[in-house]
Amino acid sequence: MSGATAATSEANLHKNLGLSSDRPEPSEAAPSGLSMVVFSGDLDKVLAAMIIANGAAAMDLPVNIFFTFWGLNVLRRGGPVRVEGKKTMTEGMFGRMMPRGPDHLQLSKMKMGGLGTRMIKKEMGKKHVMSLPNLMKSAQEQGVRFIACTMSMDLMGIHKEELIPGIEYANVGTFIDAADRSRMTMFI
Amino acid sequence: MNVDELKSLKVDKVVDARGTACPGPLLDAKRAMGSIPMAGVMEVISSDIGTTQDIPLWASKVGHQYLGMVTEPGLWRLYIKRGK
Repeated sequence: MSGATAATSEANLHKNLGLSSDRPEPSEAAPSGLSMVVFSGDLDKVLAAMIIANGAAAMDLPVNIFFTFWGLNVLRRGGPVRVEGKKTMTEGMFGRMMPRGPDHLQLSKMKMGGLGTRMIKKEMGKKHVMSLPNLMKSAQEQGVRFIACTMSMDLMGIHKEELIPGIEYANVGTFIDAADRSRMTMFI
Repeated sequence: MNVDELKSLKVDKVVDARGTACPGPLLDAKRAMGSIPMAGVMEVISSDIGTTQDIPLWASKVGHQYLGMVTEPGLWRLYIKRGK
């Protein structure tokens, strides 16, 4: 190998290594915070989700919660709501059979025909564990974003006026955008 | 800080979080911290052992200074200096 060839290949090597400086600077801030999908409408699972959300918000992290499928029921108002337009028979049945809001969710285990849920709520009160409605209120006060999945709303015939105020309406693109900017993601 | 130093601190606000469960003490602490002056000291009283781990982590995460803890029968007193 001649000296000239060695010098050339060394120059090439340097040239190649130098390419890293052409890489564009990351334009966005480093990911931070938490994005969650709440798919479940079970009291125990939604409680866990809300405790995690409140903890993250207390630690000054941005939190986004996307409520879809059974999780959509968490965002419903307490009582029957008069809606604009007519629901189909199936939609009406879904509306009547699914729980209306956080006060009406049931445990995923030890159901005992509703007795288990009553018992756990009593224990929570005795042991000063925050109720689900209060955890939701506290989360919203701390700036946690609640996002209702409009596809689930459409599927189950749930109208905007049946859901609590202060929430956003969006679809999977919004969740992915939020999740991409978060460092933690969860599916509950 | 040792126990004697902690006990002699001038405390700007005492948060009695005894009897509240997770995430109650964290939320109480966050709420109370907003009401004390910068570099002021908050004392959090908790009867939940989990809080003794959570409060120091919360403080360092959000930019406050955790000073230390005094253990008493059935309760813990945690001291945090406001940093932001």
